[in-house]
Amino acid sequence: MKNVKTLNKTTYTKSSVGAGCGECQASCQSACKTSCTVANQVCENTKKNKK
Amino acid sequence: MVHLFQKNDFNIALDSASGAVHLLSDIAYDLLAEITPPMPQICPQKLLSRLAPVYGQEKVNEAYNELYELFLDKQLFSEDIPVQDSFFKTKTIKALCLHISHDCNLRCRYCFADCGEFHRTRSLMTGEVGRRALDFLIEHSGKIKNLEVDFFGGEPLLNFDVVREITIYGRELEKKHNKTIRFTMTTNGTLLNDEVITFLNEHMYNIVLSIDGTPETNDALRFYADGSGCYHDILPKYKALVAGRGNKSYYVRGTFTRETMSFTDDVLHLADCGFEHISIEPVVLPNDHPLSLRQEDLPRIFAEYDRLAEAIIKRTRQGRPFNFFHFMVDLDAGPCVYKRVKGCGSGCEYVAVTPEGDVYPCHQFVEHTECKLGNIFEDELRKDLRDRFSECNICNVEECRTCWAKYFCGGGCPANNYKYSEGISRPYKIACELQRKRVECALYIKAALAE
Repeated sequence: MKNVKTLNKTTYTKSSVGAGCGECQASCQSACKTSCTVANQVCENTKKNKK
Repeated sequence: MVHLFQKNDFNIALDSASGAVHLLSDIAYDLLAEITPPMPQICPQKLLSRLAPVYGQEKVNEAYNELYELFLDKQLFSEDIPVQDSFFKTKTIKALCLHISHDCNLRCRYCFADCGEFHRTRSLMTGEVGRRALDFLIEHSGKIKNLEVDFFGGEPLLNFDVVREITIYGRELEKKHNKTIRFTMTTNGTLLNDEVITFLNEHMYNIVLSIDGTPETNDALRFYADGSGCYHDILPKYKALVAGRGNKSYYVRGTFTRETMSFTDDVLHLADCGFEHISIEPVVLPNDHPLSLRQEDLPRIFAEYDRLAEAIIKRTRQGRPFNFFHFMVDLDAGPCVYKRVKGCGSGCEYVAVTPEGDVYPCHQFVEHTECKLGNIFEDELRKDLRDRFSECNICNVEECRTCWAKYFCGGGCPANNYKYSEGISRPYKIACELQRKRVECALYIKAALAE
């Protein structure tokens, strides 16, 4: 495309098959204890597949 | 819903529901600013008339067709993915914030935990309570294999013997029940020594090391009861701990306040000290507290986030990258939609346990006795309260449903909402504005580094 460059290789729709296993880290256990951010959390299944 | 914004030379579009992030030409940006879904296959005449004199008809049509292709591929104006309601009704508990010590040897000026006391008397968790807390976690964990226990306080290392006892007990439970318990700790670092560091590096899956930045920033906010700052005590200990940590996770983590809003300097100082994983977070305090962040502070904070984003881009290009927790976004392998909808899971899958064994929705609710869910020595937790927390997700909160950043923040912090807004499901507006700004910065960094 000349006018659009998409940064992602996938979207939530395509990456959500079989999701919701609940095995990932609770967000407040990572670094923040006073605010909430979920987008910086890692999917446990993706992590496992990378190994 | 599409969020469009410009930063330096970049035209950026985020398709909220799919998470697709697009960098646009000027023509595509001008077009998208005017388009309302559903997109017709052919560029509407009024758009063509407006933009053709600027860019030329052929180029406008070409850009429109590319946008239309994305629309067909559900990467523009896509619909929210439906999630099953039953997922949020589960009462499985997978993570504990274990208040191993309601005592602290520091007197940080912004401490939400009342310098460790949580508005009660100072107390330490016993081994008996700690072991029972782990049994309680196993009993409530259902089929979840990966469990988490964060040693929190106050300062957890004031009770290191019990930390060690509970951790060793947890290792036995893992084998017995075929579970993995990921122990983590949040510490102020003052009591670290070689023995403690060795133990923590062996057993802690993640460690959060509290420090606010430069000596001046840190010691103005984080000091002992005699008023002396802790920076020079903790820095060498943090360096020793990180040096011995291998690939295991850690964060140096600080807080910025109304008096320390030049937090880019603090982040860069920590990076210059050799730390690669850094989090500096906005303080959350009542509006009348001298350190609280207020609506009128937002332009200054936004400018600071912009400055930090530029610094991260520059250092990454120089081959000196570091992670800033609140700018971290993985556009391809982040959490699933369920996680994004559910948020932190407080009161449901994540709870806090006090030295007395009382259970609260999270560590920030511990001072609010009206929110007590029960006790680890009792059979039942309060169902009415847990139901209310389970309903606290971005599908149910009006302000979240219409917010373009909802899949990044997961609905924000229910504790902040409870304390500073109008209930756990009414977003704390300052936090929302900060979150949206951070998402823009994070996407801008991705855009700049994609070149």
